[in-house]
Amino acid sequence: MNLKLKAGLACVALALASAGAVAQDKAAAKKAPAKAAAKAEAKGSGEQFFPVLVYRTGPYAPNGVPFANGYVDYLKLVNARDGGINGVKITFEECETGYATDRGVECYERLKGKGPTGATVFQPLSTGITFALTDKSFSDHIPLITAGYGRADSVDGTVFGWNFPLGGTYWDAADMLVQHVGKKEGGVDKLKGKKIALVYHDSPYGKEPIALLQERAKMHGYQLLLLPVTHPGVEQKATWLQIRQNRPDYVFLWGWGVMNSTSVKEAIATGYPREKMYGVWWSGAEPDVLPAGEGAKGYNALVFLAPAGQGAVHKDIIRHVYDKGQGTGKKEDIGEVLYNRGLVSAMMGVEAVKRAQIRYGRKPLKGEQVRWGLENLAIDEGAIKRLGLNGFMTPISTSCVEHAGGHRGGIHIWDGKKWNVQKDVYEADQSILKPMIRASAQKYAQEKKLTIRDCAKESQ
Amino acid sequence: MLYRENGQFKSTYAADLQMLPILQDRLFMFGLIAFAFLVVPFAASDYLFLSILIPFLILTVAAIGLNLLVGYCGQISIGHAAFMAVGAYAAYNLWLRVPWMNFLVVLVLAGFCAAAAGMIFGIPSLRIKGLYLAVATLAAQFFSDWVFARVKWFTDYAHSGSVSTAPIDLFGWTIDTPTDKYLFLLAVLIVFTILAKNLTRGHLGRAWMATRDMDVAAEVIGIRPVYAKLTAFAISAFYCGVAGALWGFMYLGAWEPLAFNLTLSLNLLFMIIIGGMGSILGSYFGAAFIVALPIILNQVPQWFGIPISTATASHLEFMIFGALIVLFLILEPHGIARLWAVGKEKLRLWPFPH
Repeated sequence: MNLKLKAGLACVALALASAGAVAQDKAAAKKAPAKAAAKAEAKGSGEQFFPVLVYRTGPYAPNGVPFANGYVDYLKLVNARDGGINGVKITFEECETGYATDRGVECYERLKGKGPTGATVFQPLSTGITFALTDKSFSDHIPLITAGYGRADSVDGTVFGWNFPLGGTYWDAADMLVQHVGKKEGGVDKLKGKKIALVYHDSPYGKEPIALLQERAKMHGYQLLLLPVTHPGVEQKATWLQIRQNRPDYVFLWGWGVMNSTSVKEAIATGYPREKMYGVWWSGAEPDVLPAGEGAKGYNALVFLAPAGQGAVHKDIIRHVYDKGQGTGKKEDIGEVLYNRGLVSAMMGVEAVKRAQIRYGRKPLKGEQVRWGLENLAIDEGAIKRLGLNGFMTPISTSCVEHAGGHRGGIHIWDGKKWNVQKDVYEADQSILKPMIRASAQKYAQEKKLTIRDCAKESQ
Repeated sequence: MLYRENGQFKSTYAADLQMLPILQDRLFMFGLIAFAFLVVPFAASDYLFLSILIPFLILTVAAIGLNLLVGYCGQISIGHAAFMAVGAYAAYNLWLRVPWMNFLVVLVLAGFCAAAAGMIFGIPSLRIKGLYLAVATLAAQFFSDWVFARVKWFTDYAHSGSVSTAPIDLFGWTIDTPTDKYLFLLAVLIVFTILAKNLTRGHLGRAWMATRDMDVAAEVIGIRPVYAKLTAFAISAFYCGVAGALWGFMYLGAWEPLAFNLTLSLNLLFMIIIGGMGSILGSYFGAAFIVALPIILNQVPQWFGIPISTATASHLEFMIFGALIVLFLILEPHGIARLWAVGKEKLRLWPFPH
């Protein structure tokens, strides 16, 4: 076969592959023409544009896909059931980041100016991308919701004026886990002399809790063993061999993507009891335990805002979105842990716009105006019930200084088939966290030569 | 007709030795530089600056560096992002701990740190060649990944391992808007290009090319292999170190150790393979190709109105990227620079076919 023939055959093969992929998408798109229609709508006025940063490919896709589906389904629900946010239609566009910081920044630059008033709010679902976008938020004035992730010191709204870690941060999560294992031991003072191992993803995400765990180790006298796992996290044999040698009393898992399921599988292989393993809220979902099979029974993880399950809002989604053929993912996956978390994250963005509309009017709003809404969020029990999220949300109340609005979490245990939520509810201890947050935020402000906001002046 | 040097006589040695001896070339080059400095800052959008032009300018500096080593000296290296990381962290530490130092001095010193690292990791090249050297340079990549994640001093004991920078102040000019960054990077790139071009035209470049073509014969006629190879490593690492510092300060702003991973190393190598090895112009083409292609591939389905899910678009991008690299290597192994050279040859005869 000569060169020309080979080159020609290669082109034909590539064209066939692309055609096949596009045909598959067209078939899926037939079920979801709303997406194409949404893009056409973005050119008109009376629309609020939501950028959706997702990762549907790469080693973090197993966890990124259900979150993205939940997020997009909620936006579609608001349009279909309520006709938009008080009549202002939602338009959205997905952008693939692959959990990579540079692609996340490129997606941000491409989408920040779309829609009549620019992007409403960014939720990158990646601590790495959050770090990069935080710097840009000071000049672009677009808020970032980093519910349950991001910078732990971004709770301080006087420095991080545009970051909103609604619901809690990694320091809250680590604090709750220490409180829980302390409770299991019969009191945090009984933790003295115990060994706690932190198996963490070697990235800013995984390193965030170390500061608090070291602080608590000084307070209670337990020994902290730090075991980093390099991205993407499939190589953990050495890590778990060390755990087998050291025999810690508890293992805290701070992984993401395939690292989680690998950790559980390695724990089974080395015989570490899963009942002593505690995953952060990003290491406690179905894709993390299902690949490990039966052996994952007894694995514990934190619950953040929404546990697994279906409630009133899910019935609405099935009725208004899936029954009309507009569902983003598979119907069986509704109600998964990460699906619910994506749903709740989208809900908080929508509620912020609703709150901002009370002050600025029922029209498309700019990033600064949405920020006001985010700083005055008051989602109480009544609001939760009205939204149909009873049992899937904890109350959030933000202010200019307090950008998280809530620091609560629970524990759920995998029983082989589903997650069982325990009745303990934990509040992170703000007396320990506030000084740490303030010190870290001040250091950032100094490094970046930022002006600290004066909340009293701004509220006038 | 257009590209003939009829009537252009040189009367001094200096005129004969200049970089662009043909008048048309000089006009084109100065016109392009004037366009880049005077027209583009006003015409381009912020997105074009931030996502295409700024990474292109920085990666071109890095690609020139790698081309000096791989294209001109013939030593393969797939760990050059390690030297970018060394440059970036050196610049960060200098900027943090010696705040009064001028940023240009910081850049040069960061380059020197990277050059020192380059010389150390270039020592295996004195004994091994080709594929084996490539694997040895991979060690540089993994070592740098490990060092900047583990040794906390480099990241100023940040609890997340991430470092962040503030906009640079240069002689009273604060470089924080995309246009400012673009102009600064363009100036840096032009200076570095002229330096590289002159290096390759001088005795050092000739020593490199002799080592590349037939290293035993080069040694026989008196070119010291230690001198040639280690200077190639040092200078190419200097370029990559400066590029890394610019990448961190001007493009990313805040970065974690994974920002300089193996993917970036391989991208640099692809840039010079596709652009053209052993050619400064090839580095430009390769960098433009690698920076622009993923973005274009992402946007093309939208332009045609075909509804593609983001996952499929991402997968297609990988497939087409890989296929294009393979096609280039088969059809034009000397890269886009060769196509450009062929184009200029045809232009000399235009409008005649031969």
